[in-house]
Amino acid sequence: MNQTNDEKSVALRASFKRAVMVIVSLFILALVLLYIDIIFGDSLYSFTDVMDVIASRAPSGITFVIGELRLPRALTAFACGALFGMAGASFQRLLHNPLASPDIIGITEGANTAAVFGIVVLGISGLELSAFAIVGGLTTAIVVALLTFHHGFAPQRLVLVGIAIGAMLNAIGSWMLIRADQWDIQSASRWLTGSLADSDWTYVIITMITLAIGLIAVMPLSRQLDMLRLGDDVAAGLGVKVGLSRAAIVIIAVLMLSIATSAVGPIAFVSFLAGPIAVRLIHSGSSAIATSGLVGSCLVLGSDVIAQHATGTQFPVGVVTSVIGGPVLVVLMYFSMRKESQL
Amino acid sequence: MLFLCLGCVTLVILSLVSVAIGSRTIPLNEVFHAFSDPADSSVSAAAARLRVPRTILGILAGVALAVAGTLMQGMTRNPLADPSILGLNSGAAFAIVVSMAFFGLNTPKQFIWVALIGSAIAALAVWLLGSMGPSGATILKLTLAGAVVTAMLSSLTSAILLPRIQVISTYRFWQVGGLSGARFALMVPVLPMLIGGLTLALLTIPGINALAMGDELAEGLGSRVKFTRGVAWIAAVLLSAGTTSLAGPIGFVGLVVPHAARLLVGSDYRHILAASAVLGPILLLAADIIGRVLTRPSDVEVGIVTAIIGAPFFIILARGRMLRQV
Repeated sequence: MNQTNDEKSVALRASFKRAVMVIVSLFILALVLLYIDIIFGDSLYSFTDVMDVIASRAPSGITFVIGELRLPRALTAFACGALFGMAGASFQRLLHNPLASPDIIGITEGANTAAVFGIVVLGISGLELSAFAIVGGLTTAIVVALLTFHHGFAPQRLVLVGIAIGAMLNAIGSWMLIRADQWDIQSASRWLTGSLADSDWTYVIITMITLAIGLIAVMPLSRQLDMLRLGDDVAAGLGVKVGLSRAAIVIIAVLMLSIATSAVGPIAFVSFLAGPIAVRLIHSGSSAIATSGLVGSCLVLGSDVIAQHATGTQFPVGVVTSVIGGPVLVVLMYFSMRKESQL
Repeated sequence: MLFLCLGCVTLVILSLVSVAIGSRTIPLNEVFHAFSDPADSSVSAAAARLRVPRTILGILAGVALAVAGTLMQGMTRNPLADPSILGLNSGAAFAIVVSMAFFGLNTPKQFIWVALIGSAIAALAVWLLGSMGPSGATILKLTLAGAVVTAMLSSLTSAILLPRIQVISTYRFWQVGGLSGARFALMVPVLPMLIGGLTLALLTIPGINALAMGDELAEGLGSRVKFTRGVAWIAAVLLSAGTTSLAGPIGFVGLVVPHAARLLVGSDYRHILAASAVLGPILLLAADIIGRVLTRPSDVEVGIVTAIIGAPFFIILARGRMLRQV
């Protein structure tokens, strides 16, 4: 008995050590990518330039390029990547299904369709448009959840209901796009792909605050999520308020997702991929959501570096994540289908 | 039998309505006059004649999609199967965008083949992904595989489209699924594909009836399970790709119609297929007419109307009994 307890605690300590290592190295990677994203561009800046800007000692040209363009862009990428990653991982863990990310279960479509409506019909932009997209995402999430509830809650049913709602919203969205004029289409479709080009300090502040609140709120819920994996009855026996914690997680995840989406558009597949990558890195559940956030940041920052500098033309970041993420997603699907453990 | 006759009568009435109604409503006697007297050159007659190809395309597309849906539901024993859910439409769309952007194709005739290749590959990918693992192709796995392949293809599609404004403006009209571009000259080359698909569909019915009892029992009864599935899959791809290349992706017709047919005529696929072939065009024409009346004088494309009608139906199915078997 003692021995098994010892073995258990050794294993626990090892997995804890591993998780800390992974989180620290991901954080360093994110910082490096952040740095690269800031110094590279039409003109190359050095570390001292960046420090000068932060200490507001730099000449106005550099201050503008770094302080107003690159720094907000990179910080937005970091924050939104983390938000996408954490929101996606929360959904995947809540629904016991690596494929149940917000892009599949209709929530992203809700935010998108609301945004298209805002651009094409109402002609709004900027923060108004963002708020509108947030409302769209939240409403869709509520509708999907309500429609799923039928003699209890079944995660699989939620996936199917979400797919249908997403298809319907897509149809409505493309109907509005047909009637739009050329200029609106361009801004709508750029918005739909996800782009960091419009980042400014307002968005940095909003997304960073959301990230801080999200982290504080998700951490205590993360443990309950793990217990929910054992089944509702077991979790209830362990003292988890099943309905309450599920609702809390959904609300936090949808808020994180919608706010990130409203800032940069739905950067494809980040919320989808961050969770599974994080789980493969740390091998244990306990800190998966925070790790997913860091993975998300690295994905968005790395993709932005590629989008801006890999080829002669600059692409929106969403193009890069979808070209990379799409095939990865199918491979991921291949493995989880074969194992069937999570389906 | 009675039901089939009633269905055919409804279909004829709807076809007449479809010719008569639009941004300009034409009284039925003028419609008859337009066709009985070729010399009639009034505006009404011209409008009625213009709506004929549209109506015929609606009938063709309705039959093809409903039969394709019936085949897919039968062979996968999956009540949620449908050419749009299982990724065929997004495969065709992706292939067409690639051909527009990189190979400079732009005539509808070229799109026929491109759409066929695209949806065949997507269909194969979805089937392979969804049938992975020991429990085979379950409802949830196939539906998810369809959703994942669709997600991947549509984000690649928008990645290709984004830097190309010119292609976006051509593509967005194709993408919603509409009958308004119907012309006989375009339908003719697709006809062999649709007829081939329908013939194969008829040939696979005994096999699909056997499949309904489960793979093992069907094999025990001497049915060649894999062969049936292969042929049915080819037929479904031919039918839905043919329709998609003409009318764009029209979702949910293949999902809704077989269920309605099953409610009306029972579980024998001979009857279901016949009933679907009548109900499909009824649904499609009705959706097209609704789309024309709703926002007069402009149209709501039929693909949008079917999605808005079909998605709630899908949700009702997903909430129902069948999900216990996932």
